[in-house]
Amino acid sequence: MKHETIETNAGWLIFLTLIVISIGGLVEIVPLYFIDDTIETVKVEGKDTVRPYTPLELRGRDLYQREGCYTCHSQMIRPFRDEALRYGHYSLAAESQFDHPFQWGSKRTGPDLARVGKKYSNQWHVQHLIAPRSVVPESIMPNYPWLMKNKLEYKDIAGRLKALKMVGVPYSITEDEYKANVKRYGKDVADKLDINQAEKNLLAQAQSGNYDGNKDDITEMDAMVAYLQVLGTMVDFKKFEDGHFTRFR
Amino acid sequence: MANVAVANEQYNYDIVRKFTIMTVVWGVLGMLAGVYIAAELAWPFLNFDNPALTFGRLRPVHTTLVIFGFGGSALFATSYYVVQRTCQVRLWGGKLANYTFWGWQLSVGIAAISYLLGYTQAREYAEMVWPIDLLIAVTWVIYLIVYVMTMVNRSQPHIYVANWFFIAFILATAILHIFNNMAVPVSMFSLSSYSLHAGVQDAMTQWWYGHNAVGFFLTAAFLGMMYYFIPKQAGRPVYSYRLSIIHFWALIFLYMWVGAHHLHWTALPDWTSTLAATFSILLLLPSWGGMINGIMTLSGAWDRLRNDPVVRFMIVSLSFYGMSTFEGPMMSLKSVNALSHYTDWTIGHVHSGALGWVAMISMGSLYHLIPRLWETKMYSEKLIFTHFWLATIGIVLYISSMWVAGIGQGLMLRAFDEYGNLAYTFIESVSFLHTPYVVRTLGGVFFLSGMIIMAYNVFMTIFKGRKEAAVLEAKLAAKLANA
Repeated sequence: MKHETIETNAGWLIFLTLIVISIGGLVEIVPLYFIDDTIETVKVEGKDTVRPYTPLELRGRDLYQREGCYTCHSQMIRPFRDEALRYGHYSLAAESQFDHPFQWGSKRTGPDLARVGKKYSNQWHVQHLIAPRSVVPESIMPNYPWLMKNKLEYKDIAGRLKALKMVGVPYSITEDEYKANVKRYGKDVADKLDINQAEKNLLAQAQSGNYDGNKDDITEMDAMVAYLQVLGTMVDFKKFEDGHFTRFR
Repeated sequence: MANVAVANEQYNYDIVRKFTIMTVVWGVLGMLAGVYIAAELAWPFLNFDNPALTFGRLRPVHTTLVIFGFGGSALFATSYYVVQRTCQVRLWGGKLANYTFWGWQLSVGIAAISYLLGYTQAREYAEMVWPIDLLIAVTWVIYLIVYVMTMVNRSQPHIYVANWFFIAFILATAILHIFNNMAVPVSMFSLSSYSLHAGVQDAMTQWWYGHNAVGFFLTAAFLGMMYYFIPKQAGRPVYSYRLSIIHFWALIFLYMWVGAHHLHWTALPDWTSTLAATFSILLLLPSWGGMINGIMTLSGAWDRLRNDPVVRFMIVSLSFYGMSTFEGPMMSLKSVNALSHYTDWTIGHVHSGALGWVAMISMGSLYHLIPRLWETKMYSEKLIFTHFWLATIGIVLYISSMWVAGIGQGLMLRAFDEYGNLAYTFIESVSFLHTPYVVRTLGGVFFLSGMIIMAYNVFMTIFKGRKEAAVLEAKLAAKLANA
């Protein structure tokens, strides 16, 4: 076929353009859904340790997105010596398998947060979020005092879990789904993933965790700190021998 | 007025004028937002403990206004102009084109306000919440139909090369937008939604979208601009027709593979990021093919550089296009990326493309277009020269400070002391960034000042054009009355 044929026929031009621009995406994206090694299996004593977020953590994650934290913080540790010393073990694909959307980020104006969980106390996080420069003088992070003042909105929490269930996150509604979760994660975790108990679970975690140091109210700070404190804590690398995860790379 | 009436009958310039004005308006607002967030990084008190003013919420306002507001409106304006001129036929669909204008402006405006209020999908360059995504999808499909039908109705046998690039951009953007924004809303009345993909697959989809927003929205379409306005302004034919064919097919094929170079060394499988790096290197060839085709078209008109500021904008834009399409493949090498990723080097690279190439070619094209749309001369040629110098100095300050920031921080973070411990804490690298951040802000101020001067010049030109038309009309009326 001469190129003139394409130049004189809009149908050909559009058809061939569509084919040419489709190939790259098809070859690179589709196989990621079918190659098993893409996401590691992380089991300890037969149970999956990477679990979906609890209702409170999920609301914290929503707030993390609302404030655009991803514009300055990554959640993806690369397999380099300096990052291992600074942040810990490199991130596994399994660790973000329930992240809709992913929050790997693209810029580190602040440090990586993939394993920030349990590194600092709740109190430190609250102080740091309200006034970052009061704990890190050179910090250029904005203050987030309203997280402490705003009451957490959680009326639609069941709807949120249902939407996530529709895109494949194993929250349970039926008895069978609950039982499957017990088998997969154990009873403690399965209870937290039950959509029927979503609001109750959220309140219970906020009360017992008391993340913002204020028992009276459930604030946005409770959710945000609960989320930050779970980041990177679901895989206990001490339970695996060295090099266990390298075969997936 | 008689001339205007005839032109109006033949071509729909009204829609081109509307988009042209909005290009300038969004340009000023978007760059203002950019300067402000740049200043926040240098002086964090500027966040003022006000949620809507924090960096995290303003940054998508900046990117959306400059990419989709400024860039998008410039593309609508020039593509509607070019398709009519090169097909020698009036834009198809009558008032449908107006729908694309209002649909697009509303999408950009509502998106910006929604980010300030905290409504976002948290996907870079696709932060719009799902109802806005739907509005964009409908607008875009109408754009596609108007464009294709105009092409089909052409009175010329050949479809001119600029239109190939524009049509590829429209098709690719439709595909990218739809697949990247698939999500399940929390309820019919909630603005929140959760993306269909998760983790690795989501990252891959997002950067397939993200890099092709660069590849098609910010490159292919602006190449369409180049292939029309550079030959027109230079008064010379495109240098090589053959090169433009190879350039087109190679560019649109290769770009779609390279997104995963944003995910080197992550949990994305190695095979995907290696493929992306390989195709990124290959992409240098069509990119430079296009640049050479543009520069060689100007060759032989070099004397025009002395007295034609529009040609200056165009030649500088091509130079930056060449530079950033060399820098891009280099940064996609895994070893370079290990240092550059997550740092300001990437930000500098984006801006040498966005300010140097995209904004400069748009400004050049607009300065060519505006006198023709309002049937007059530019209000001040001197101010175009001033704009040119402010923009160029601004870009140089911006990208050189970001090279210092990015490479400096990258080196600091991987430095070890003699005992094998990390030589610097993270916060030490943040302190180091202060000076480059101040210089970057200054560069932004230069670039923004140029844009404001352009806005002044454009609006004075429009008033001048209207006045001249009114005088002409009055003369005609007087003549008719006498007769």
